Amino acid sequence: MANASTTSSPSAKIVEPTIFDLSSPGRTGVTMPASDVPETALPPEALLRPDLPLPELAEVDVVRHYMHLSSFNYSVDSGFYPLGSCTMKYNPKINEDTCRLPGFLFTHPLQPIETVQGNLALMFQLQEWLKEISGFAGVTLQPAAGAHGEFTGVLIMRAYHKSRGDDKRKKMLIPDAAHGTNPASVGMMGMTVVTIPSDERGNVDLKALEAACDDTVVGMMLTNPNTLGLFDEHIEKVIELVHGCGGLMYGDGANLNALLGIVRPGDLGFDVMHFNLHKTFAVPHGGGGPGSGPVGVAAHLADFLPEPLVGIVEEGEDDTPPLYGFIKPAKTIGRMKAFHGHFGGGFVRSFTYIAMHGPDGLKDISQYAVLNANYLQARLRGTYKVPYDRICMHEFVAEGRFEGSDVRALDIAKRLMDYNFHPPTNYFPLIVHEALMIEPTETENKDTLDAFADALIKIAEEAKSQPELLHNAPSTTRFGRMDEVKAARELVLCCWLPENYDVNA
Amino acid sequence: MTYIPISPKERDAMLETVGVKSLDDLFDAIPVKHRFPKLNLPAALTEMEAMDELSGLANANENVRSDLVSFLGAGMYNHYIPSVVDHMLRRGEFYTAYTPYQPEISQGTLQAIFEYQSLMSALTGMDVSNASHYDGATATAEAVNLAFAQYRGKRRKVLMSPSLHPQYREVVRTYTQGMELESAGDAESDLELSPEAFASQVDDNTCLVIVQYPDFFGRVYDYTKLIEDVHAKGALVCVVANPTALAMFKTPGSMGADIVVGDGQPLGIPMWYGGPSVGFFTTRKNMVHKMAGRLVGETIDSRGQRAYVLTLTAREQHIKRERATSNICTNQGLIALGTAVYLSVLGKKGLRQVAELCYQKAHYAARELNKVKGYKVSDGTFFHEFVLECPAPASEINAHLLEHGIIGGYDLGQDFPSLANQMLIAVTEMNTKQEIDTLIEVLSEVDHG
Repeated sequence: MANASTTSSPSAKIVEPTIFDLSSPGRTGVTMPASDVPETALPPEALLRPDLPLPELAEVDVVRHYMHLSSFNYSVDSGFYPLGSCTMKYNPKINEDTCRLPGFLFTHPLQPIETVQGNLALMFQLQEWLKEISGFAGVTLQPAAGAHGEFTGVLIMRAYHKSRGDDKRKKMLIPDAAHGTNPASVGMMGMTVVTIPSDERGNVDLKALEAACDDTVVGMMLTNPNTLGLFDEHIEKVIELVHGCGGLMYGDGANLNALLGIVRPGDLGFDVMHFNLHKTFAVPHGGGGPGSGPVGVAAHLADFLPEPLVGIVEEGEDDTPPLYGFIKPAKTIGRMKAFHGHFGGGFVRSFTYIAMHGPDGLKDISQYAVLNANYLQARLRGTYKVPYDRICMHEFVAEGRFEGSDVRALDIAKRLMDYNFHPPTNYFPLIVHEALMIEPTETENKDTLDAFADALIKIAEEAKSQPELLHNAPSTTRFGRMDEVKAARELVLCCWLPENYDVNA
Repeated sequence: MTYIPISPKERDAMLETVGVKSLDDLFDAIPVKHRFPKLNLPAALTEMEAMDELSGLANANENVRSDLVSFLGAGMYNHYIPSVVDHMLRRGEFYTAYTPYQPEISQGTLQAIFEYQSLMSALTGMDVSNASHYDGATATAEAVNLAFAQYRGKRRKVLMSPSLHPQYREVVRTYTQGMELESAGDAESDLELSPEAFASQVDDNTCLVIVQYPDFFGRVYDYTKLIEDVHAKGALVCVVANPTALAMFKTPGSMGADIVVGDGQPLGIPMWYGGPSVGFFTTRKNMVHKMAGRLVGETIDSRGQRAYVLTLTAREQHIKRERATSNICTNQGLIALGTAVYLSVLGKKGLRQVAELCYQKAHYAARELNKVKGYKVSDGTFFHEFVLECPAPASEINAHLLEHGIIGGYDLGQDFPSLANQMLIAVTEMNTKQEIDTLIEVLSEVDHG
């Protein structure tokens, strides 16, 4: 392909050409079989496209290209990935095999239900297991991701109030430590957000909450344990206040990895919650998705769940299993996406994972996730300031700054790459200065945690003695710090530009 | 403790460092009466047992590769997936990474998404693509959000073509129920309208017109005139496109579309009982700041190397919070990578060949079915899917086909009561002439009673 270069500066070193740069006219990676049917004339020329500007490569070129790209990635399979609030645990390899069984891969979502009883049984069982784990009465598997589950939950809360003729509720209470997706989900619904501050122990400030509770409240969206890694010490009181003004309690399930077999959100009084199958139940996150965000609800909200749910449409008998099919909740909010949800990517892997853990194994997951976080917190105490210093759950937040040093959390994060660790989440939650949010997960051994703590302690020394090491980090990685301003100002989102493409090539 | 690598000795040492006696002591903040519930779940399986259990469930299905012959499409299609696609997706460096928040050590994901964006722009004929959305239906709903934002809420009507996928229409309705938005145009009586006549319903309050290409009934229309008419009334047009068809038919971009979305599943992603697939979302440069979802842009690093980062993040939830244009956070990164590998390996020639095979086989099937007594294929240009009018309700015909190991077409009566005797037949490169001939033979039997 002629002249398909990019707009980067002429002095730029090309690290890995784009797939378009690698193209050479006439190559192909796949030959399809010839047609075995009598020929039909093509449609009128005016309806056809003159050319198809896709790259042309042989299979080996494609494989080497993506293998090169893969080598530029840090991943859980290659090292420690303590990205707070993301629960980057090890993803068992068997899940990759079970989700690719041909019986799952090659089933069409609109096939007659009689031909997909295996899929439906799996979905039904997963719904039941998620109910049991969370203490909810109903579960939909449909939402595609955590934020999609949140949006589903907010729609359900709105529909519930409307069904009771209670139209004046427009206010959602959200703590200042919340994930940004919470207020964004509410914004999409035309509701207003009322921010509730945290108190000095990192709990919801009860006075502020009480003051905000009135008959215009839709409910509260609470992550618990919260994004500081802390279990709210007054959770029962918080829920009582919200329920007391007629509001509903939404649980952001992003941090459920701390609670398996420890406490069920439904038992605490939460009305609705999403699960992040890709976090808690070991579905790999794929560099940004797919996720899977099932939603659980208490009994009074079950009729509002999105359709379809999987149910038993014909009871079984001694020698015949039940017939599984789809059911539509009576007051459903509607459909959240085409088809049934992330079956292959999410449900099969999570089913496998839960089946292999059982009730005791699930409790182990959370206990060790919490142990690992507390161990790291204890090792770093004294070197890094922990603004809310008490027993944490599966993650904690430290401050990435030092008295008399201009080193920032970002510098510490980048320097960690030189020690071959993925950095923690930085600058979140917003209420901690220079936040470093650390979530080790249960799948790391003590040696790894010690090596990570040692690196962070060493970096704290470097911050004082050789700050330029941090300002210039990373220096051992293949790529250095990025010019993010250039990316936003000189927007290049595509390496193929019509004016650069020679249609005669 | 299959996946927990901490020995009892290490555990005890760690507990001592933390300053507690036992694991249970870490949970004092949890209300006592709810602490440590007994979960009623089956006992843990070993890996060997789990594989056995899952295989049993998978085998309880009849799949469309080895058990059944399928002519079902309606938004998800049975295409051949070259081996190389899954081999790349199985690289742990790709599938066990997170959203690329740290670009220095995430260039693999970032460049792959950048290339995906470029490939989708090339395929649709549009300026910019985002890093993907959940699926075609949610991408369509996000197109409504974009149009709504483009007119700052001053135009509150969305006109959805009656021949837009019924599930996509439902999702748009679900998404917009809090927005005081009117959705119109999908009355069953509108089904017979030509695109131009349909566009006459556009008024000063309309922000967006949504049409499908090929439409839900498989028909291919040139929307150029419709788009001109809609633009003349000041509204935007979103085209929901099948990406395989775009290898052969003129692009919605060249027709003047403002937004082109769709489901990327046909591009090398298994049907997987409906998900995950990938929603693509492309638009014009001037609307990029209002587009939902992640974007990867090109830049340079501190060493002068070409590199990629997530960009224009100020539109997103983690900065704008309740003022964000969308709450999307996770997208479909890995599936987008799968489509990029598929498009790379098929390339210009291969994808056109797939499209033409679909076209040839579907047209052969339509021609032959039209000859069978009692059956009629609708007129008009189509790609690989067409409406077949049957001598009996489609559900009855399909029940008969299933007895012969064939999944028939999508029963249109489920969504359109007036079309109870009609089914939507999809034929792809996976269907052999022999399969098509068997379908015709079995259908002939039905007619003869």
